[in-house]
Amino acid sequence: MVSRARVFVTLKAGVLDPQGDAVQESLASLGFDGVHDVRVGKVVDLHFAETSREDAFARLGAMATKLLANPVVENHRIELVEATKGSQ
Amino acid sequence: MSVALVRFLGSNCDRDCMHVLTHVIESQAVWAWHDDVELPPGTTAVLLPGGFSHGDYLRCGAMAAHRPIMSAVKRFAEAGGPVLGICNGFQILCESGILPGVLLPNRGGDFICKRVGLSMEGGGTGLLRGYAPNEMIELTIAHHDGNYFADDATLRALEQKQQIALRYTELDDRGDAKANGARLGIAGIFGGPGNNVLGLMPHPERQSEARLGGIDGLRLLQELTR
Repeated sequence: MVSRARVFVTLKAGVLDPQGDAVQESLASLGFDGVHDVRVGKVVDLHFAETSREDAFARLGAMATKLLANPVVENHRIELVEATKGSQ
Repeated sequence: MSVALVRFLGSNCDRDCMHVLTHVIESQAVWAWHDDVELPPGTTAVLLPGGFSHGDYLRCGAMAAHRPIMSAVKRFAEAGGPVLGICNGFQILCESGILPGVLLPNRGGDFICKRVGLSMEGGGTGLLRGYAPNEMIELTIAHHDGNYFADDATLRALEQKQQIALRYTELDDRGDAKANGARLGIAGIFGGPGNNVLGLMPHPERQSEARLGGIDGLRLLQELTR
């Protein structure tokens, strides 16, 4: 059973990321050499009523494609967080 | 008959649009609210104005696209009603799936506010009926996310169906817009069952009065009131 998840939203390969480019330039100006191809994504943490892993995956997948990510340019990855015994 | 002007939390070009519709064109326009489930009675056209709806949270237009009013706008568009989305309104139309593609951050990462040259490729059709095909005009753009992106298949379909409504005239050597990187220089596209939906990044309401620097945008808003 799970009640927490983390959804990673990242830009698809080939989609330009001006924010990532700017971060890369700033890193270089700070002296961090050799960094290339910086991509900035999003992490969405969700807490929900405890449910099965299957149900959580299905619902989070729907949330991701309907709102959290734009499938035209973004990928998503769902990470379920197991409920720890102490927190129940 | 009247234009329904939809306000979201963070719309900020709404009053400019209302001013042009009611004072310059002297037509009928009424407010609609993002929480409304229906468009106002007697709505003959819908206008989604520019701004930073719902804080641009997640992605530009992503929150607005799922507000209750957008179900009504979608039904109106699918029934062939004229719908115009300007700037953030264009982003909302894309996020809601009424128009294909998405508006990404500008290629240079800057917010760009300047007047640009445009070619009205879809002149003579739909809401661009007031323009000649490929007529050259100038309008102001003011956006951070105007970099139109769609995959190759979608772009080909847009070209084949003649749904590219307007393009920036200044292109880079890849054929993308110099200003923001928009693919194929796309500044606006048609959609809907009869090309009755138009989304565009430039602001026609900002060039609708001669004393404010130009009237190239006026014919578009006039068409909305017909």
